[in-house]
Amino acid sequence: MKNPEEIYELLKKEFNETIFGLDKDTPVENIISVDPMNIHKIGAFLKDNEELKFDSLMVLSGVDDANGTKVKDEDGTEVITGGTLSVYYHLHSTVLKHKITIKTSAPRENPEVESVYDVWRTSDWHEREAFDMFGIIFKNHPDLTRILMPYDWDAGYPLRKDYKNPEFYQGMKVPY
Amino acid sequence: MGLLDKEFSDGNIVIARAEDLMNWARLSSIWQLGFGLACCAIEMMATSASHYDFDRFGVIPRNTPRQADAIIISGTVTLKMATRIKRLYEQMPDPKYIISMGSCANCGGPYWEHGYHVLKGIDRVIPVDVYVPGCPPRPEALLEGLLKLQDKIRNESIRKKIA
Repeated sequence: MKNPEEIYELLKKEFNETIFGLDKDTPVENIISVDPMNIHKIGAFLKDNEELKFDSLMVLSGVDDANGTKVKDEDGTEVITGGTLSVYYHLHSTVLKHKITIKTSAPRENPEVESVYDVWRTSDWHEREAFDMFGIIFKNHPDLTRILMPYDWDAGYPLRKDYKNPEFYQGMKVPY
Repeated sequence: MGLLDKEFSDGNIVIARAEDLMNWARLSSIWQLGFGLACCAIEMMATSASHYDFDRFGVIPRNTPRQADAIIISGTVTLKMATRIKRLYEQMPDPKYIISMGSCANCGGPYWEHGYHVLKGIDRVIPVDVYVPGCPPRPEALLEGLLKLQDKIRNESIRKKIA
C-alpha cells in the first residue's frame, strides 16, 4: 500500500517531465496530472510496477473544463474557444489496496489523448463514451465510434458546455 | 354489444352483427409486441405477471411484430430507438394499436428540456391510441389504458378504421 506522495515520486522518477503535478486538495483520491501523449506508457507502468500494481481501471471519464474564452453568439448561446478537455482515470489496485486518480488535459481544438485500451480493457467502451460525449480522440483505439448517440449523429458532442441541440434528427423534431 | 340477447330456442345459435363479432374478437385477444424500454417496462411486466394478469384480458406478449396487434411504448424513447420503433411499427400488420405508457413516451417526461437524446413524445413518430399518464404508471393505470383501448376497438367500424 502506497500513499499518493509515494506514487507520485515513483512516477516522477520514471517519467520526469511528462508528470506535471500532484493535486492534494481533493475530497477523495489525490490527482496526478500527466501528459496526454504519454498516458499509454504511464498506464502500463502503473499497472505492471511491482510497487503499484494498479490492475483495475474503475472508471475513465471525460470532462469539459470550459476554461477557454467564452463568446456569446447573437442568439444567446455560448461558444468556447481555447482551453482544455480532460480525461480522468480512477485507478484501484486490488492487490495492494490503494487508489489514485490520473488526470490528463488536451487542447479543446485538437483533443488527442493516447488510448489505454491494451493496458486496461475497461477503457474500451469508456473511451468510446468520452469520444461520443466530448469528442476526445483516443489515439490507437481499435474502434473509436459513437457508443450512445446514433452513429449518424452529426450535431456535435452533447456534454460539451457549448453544445447546441439540433432542430431535427432524421425528420424528428428534437426540442420540446 | 348484444351478442347474447337474441338467443334461439335450441341455445346453440347466437346471432350478431359481423362488425360486433369482429370487434369483440379483436378486443379480446390483443397480442402485444414483447417490447420494453425503461422503468415503465418493469410495471408492464408486473402487469403481465400473476398479480395483475394481463392474460385475463387476452393480452399476451408476442416476440415478433408480424404477429402483434398492439405495441406498448413503455418508457423513454431515445432518438436512436425511435427509428427502430418506427420500423417495428411498420412491420406490424393492420389493424394495429399503440399504447403510450408513462410521461416519457407521452411527452418526454423529465427529459423534456435537457434531454438532448430523447424524443419528446412517441406521437411525433407513430400514431398513438391511448396515453397512460404516470411516472411510471401503476399496473392498474396500464389496465385502465387497456380497457380504454378495448372501448375504442368496440366502437370500430369495418368500413373505416377509427381507433
